[in-house]
Amino acid sequence: MGRYLLRRLLQLIPVFIGTTFLIYWLVWSVPGDPFAGKCGERPCPDSYVNMMTEKFKLDEPLWVQYGNYMQNLFQGDFGQTWSGRPIGDIIATAYPNTLKLAVVALAIEAVIGLAAGVLTGLRRNGFLDNLVLVSTLFMIALPVFVIGFVLQWVLGVQWHIIKPTVSSEMRISELIVPGFVLGSASMAYIARVARTSIAENRRADYVRTAIAKGLPMRRVVGVHLLRNSLIPVVTLLGTDLGALMGGAIVTEGIFGINGIGRQVFRAIVTKESATVVSIVVVLVLVYLLMNLLVDLLYAALDPRIRYE
Amino acid sequence: MSEQSAAGTSGRPAGRLLEVDDLRVEFRTRDGVAKVINGVTYHVDAGETLAVLGESGSGKSVTAQTIMGILDTPPGFVTGGQVRFHGKDMLRMSNEERRRIRGEGIAMIFQDALSALNPVFTVGFQIAEQFRVRRGMGRSEAKKRAIEMLDQVKIPNAKGRFNNYPHQFSGGMRQRAMIAMSLALDPEVLIADEPTTALDVTVQAQIMDLLAELQRERQMGLILITHDLGVVADVADRIAVMYAGRIVEEANVYDLYAKPAHPYTLGLLNSIPRLDEKGQELRTIKGLPPNLMNIPPGCPFNPRCPMAQPVCREKVPPLLQIGAGRASACHFAEELVNRD
Repeated sequence: MGRYLLRRLLQLIPVFIGTTFLIYWLVWSVPGDPFAGKCGERPCPDSYVNMMTEKFKLDEPLWVQYGNYMQNLFQGDFGQTWSGRPIGDIIATAYPNTLKLAVVALAIEAVIGLAAGVLTGLRRNGFLDNLVLVSTLFMIALPVFVIGFVLQWVLGVQWHIIKPTVSSEMRISELIVPGFVLGSASMAYIARVARTSIAENRRADYVRTAIAKGLPMRRVVGVHLLRNSLIPVVTLLGTDLGALMGGAIVTEGIFGINGIGRQVFRAIVTKESATVVSIVVVLVLVYLLMNLLVDLLYAALDPRIRYE
Repeated sequence: MSEQSAAGTSGRPAGRLLEVDDLRVEFRTRDGVAKVINGVTYHVDAGETLAVLGESGSGKSVTAQTIMGILDTPPGFVTGGQVRFHGKDMLRMSNEERRRIRGEGIAMIFQDALSALNPVFTVGFQIAEQFRVRRGMGRSEAKKRAIEMLDQVKIPNAKGRFNNYPHQFSGGMRQRAMIAMSLALDPEVLIADEPTTALDVTVQAQIMDLLAELQRERQMGLILITHDLGVVADVADRIAVMYAGRIVEEANVYDLYAKPAHPYTLGLLNSIPRLDEKGQELRTIKGLPPNLMNIPPGCPFNPRCPMAQPVCREKVPPLLQIGAGRASACHFAEELVNRD
């Protein structure tokens, strides 16, 4: 187990270097002038461009720029934006917001998705089953921005149940609707995976044994059936946190949340490689660690899996 | 031949531990209705072992599942008959009443202990669970009792094995654990559905010995479902032979082996490989069991029966008593028993 963990952690290093370089290179190769529009209506004076080029070492080859960036990164310095703001600041303010939104989304999709999946898996072809199948189809088919704008307009503008945008305090109560919007597609997948898993295991021999033991039905389902059916759902949920954070850009835009989505978008347009990479690096780390966590959870949920 | 109907039907004195009376079950599938159980009647008393013998598809397991109340519905539906436990029809009880009988009144062990035990819980947990949920015991007391159970089924180092998962047990040990689990609440009747089919021959004998020993000690009624005539001979008191969802013959072990009263039983006995006929072709019963969606008219065995006469294609032979404690559902049972 310890050796497995060590090996997995060592594997993070090449993945980390590979992804950061790829992103750095991609932003670097996007055509466009980073200083366009920086100096009002007219093009920037040569003195300014030279100064910036000198400061950010923009005339160095790609790998030198990347090397410098990584060197600073390992000293805890994310670098600066063109305007001189430390990127560390941006991350410190934007990341907690996105993380909060993603965690709310994850919680909502886990609770609703799992509940819907369990109920429909136990009673297939009933009214609820059909309702869930159709509504999940809608959630998967509709783009996030459609669901987002519709809910914002209906709940926020027409019915005044929620405020149309989220305040800067990011209260949990304000995040429920944005969280639902962000997690809607995943929620549908969770419900469907849980439904299939429950329905499959419902007829398993060990469930029959549990009934034959004279256990109450809620224990048969809640302990014996659920524990086995949860395994694929946990995988889905665990890997989803990274996807939710990366995919929050649209939801953040709709509800006016100052998250990483907005920052990444701004940075890509202005070719701020350092900002893009810094934000994505943290995302990559979240992905990798969640993946590792899921694999470890796997072994905890299913004792037949052992890591050597 | 007395025209009185066979053992176990209504009108018998009360006090039978468990009796199945004219049970009928059908499976309703997309392709049609399969009549899986067509009037099964048998009983078991305390301290007695009844072996239910039959090919796969003869309905022996479905009967057991109906008794336990673990029949998958749909597709399985009980369409008639009774299952009486201490004289009370279980099929008319509430779900809660039936649940209380499971484990405590009637317990069951299954063929494949690996899939019948929950893979994600320890063996100890699954046994202790019975004591905790059904007897309201605390964690440590339930654990103590579970270890005692593992000891009783002769699992070495029961204490150390308590925290093992099913996949860490060998096949024989798993079946022992399964037996420990089913006996935890000291049931009056134990149904063993092919308990040794998935095991090595040497282990089979050990498990059968263990079952027989526990049955004697506890004076349980044991229903042993099997397709293996060899397994039955040592442990059973009575044998009920099933074919196409019916009991075709019921007798004590000696009578059945010495003088079978149904051509199907005779065929089964003849198909046991014998050492003194080494090198010769194995004898089989020709043909296949009937399609349960379309059981032939008359005796369901008639298309395969070497003794079939015109009457066999017209009249279903009822299960009739043909002597003390034995019954047969064959028009020519008398002739069979009395030949040389």
